[in-house]
Amino acid sequence: MTSNDKIIEIEVLRYRPEQDEKPFLQSFKVPFTDDQSVLQGVQYIKDYLDGSLSFRWSCRMAICGSCGMMINGVPKLSCKTFLREYYPGKITLEALKHFPIEKDLIIDLSDFINKLESIKPYIIPAAPRTLEQGEYLQTPRQLDRIAQFSSCINCMLCYAACPQYGLKPDYLGPAAITLLHRYNEDNRDAAKAERMQLLNAHEGVWGCTLVGYCSDVCPKDVDPAAAINRNKLNSTMDYFLRFVAPRGGN
Amino acid sequence: MSKRSNEPIVWSLFGAGGVVVAHTMPVLIFVTGIAVPLGLVSADVLAYERLAGLADGWFGKLFLLVIISLPLWQSAHRIFLSLHDFGITGGETFFRVVFYGAALWGTLLPLFLLVGM
Amino acid sequence: MSTRKPYVRPMAGWWLKNPVYVRYILRESTAVFVGIYAVILLVGLLRLSSGEAAWNNWLIAMQSPGAILFHVVAMGAAVYHSVTWFSVAPKVMPPLMFNGEKVPVAKIVAGQYIFAGIIYLVLLGLILWG
Ligand code: SF4
Ligand code: FES
Repeated sequence: MTSNDKIIEIEVLRYRPEQDEKPFLQSFKVPFTDDQSVLQGVQYIKDYLDGSLSFRWSCRMAICGSCGMMINGVPKLSCKTFLREYYPGKITLEALKHFPIEKDLIIDLSDFINKLESIKPYIIPAAPRTLEQGEYLQTPRQLDRIAQFSSCINCMLCYAACPQYGLKPDYLGPAAITLLHRYNEDNRDAAKAERMQLLNAHEGVWGCTLVGYCSDVCPKDVDPAAAINRNKLNSTMDYFLRFVAPRGGN
Repeated sequence: MSKRSNEPIVWSLFGAGGVVVAHTMPVLIFVTGIAVPLGLVSADVLAYERLAGLADGWFGKLFLLVIISLPLWQSAHRIFLSLHDFGITGGETFFRVVFYGAALWGTLLPLFLLVGM
Repeated sequence: MSTRKPYVRPMAGWWLKNPVYVRYILRESTAVFVGIYAVILLVGLLRLSSGEAAWNNWLIAMQSPGAILFHVVAMGAAVYHSVTWFSVAPKVMPPLMFNGEKVPVAKIVAGQYIFAGIIYLVLLGLILWG
């Protein structure tokens, strides 16, 4: 720490399950330089001010998706957000909204993991290929259909942005539906009918009211709102067309 | 396994209504609710003979039905969903009957009137 | 023994906590005005079907200050509905392709504005002079 460091106030919503009935705000004064991220600010607190502060991080380069938190009320990756953007104001940090707080800035993400698993986020081919048959082929245009939706890093910022998920925890939610869409649209996949059942449900696309904030906060420009809402159209077609040409669904 | 939702029925009507509202309602409100009542345009625009004439032809009938019924579906669907947004989670069936019932009534009544005109 | 005790935060008052949510609630609220206006039209149709005198009474009712005030606000709501409707439409429709390229969202939205503008003018022309 050099003498010309600036000092910024960082308020953190603390919650220690062993001691606390409910979360409370704790304020820290953190010296920083212009190239430091909010994550580095939190790390400074843990290293020098209060070692009991808990938070998740790994890659510190916006790719692992583990450092998401509410920064002044907006879900962001803390490694991709800089302290200087808020100075001389203060920063308030809180665990990602709409998830239970496990401890401090750490959420219980088991609900998201279960949903992610439920949509079968992997290619299920019509018939497995043998090694001799070689790889599954995909043209650039076929890749283009799914490329955007496959850049999701499972950071859950979109869930923290989605009030419908907060209001209805059963709702499948933005990232899971987007990944479902990504596999349904993949030319190498053949499990669309099966996944459509999840989409067609009340907890599927119909949980969405197009607030649209998920797409605003997504750090990877995945546009989950588009994936969800285009599937309202798909689900509607599926609903009416099943009488004409039965496929996928009960 | 998750159960198929019947939402596509009301969502389609909501979507159609939203399109109709977006493309007609600003103009309709301006003419019927502002321009004619304030005398900004001639009162003949909404004269009885003219409107009765409109409701006489099949195109006019369809137009009137569309601008009354579909916006009601759009409105009913949004208000119904907003209840949940505001934390009103009980009585779902009751509210469904109230709002979608009103929209259905707002479809059948003009249909009945227009056919008889 | 597990000392886990996940804390679930309440949702009460969520719509005021972010300007994005406020705009969302505003957008949804336009439905109230849309609904009332559609009912006003429906009443008009009822009057129309019962003859000239009844229709003229409807026209007179539309001149009351309360009615004018309502329609001014309702027109604002209708315009807000249109703007928000066009801005989210590209999220609902499949991507528009042109020459094998995705048409940029901004162009789609602009195209809808132009289209709606034409419809407004045609409609207004038909109503006023048709
Ligand atoms: S869709 Fe975007 S915001 Fe949501 S989990 Fe994936 S990368 Fe994160
Ligand atoms: S630390 Fe990996 S995304 Fe921020």
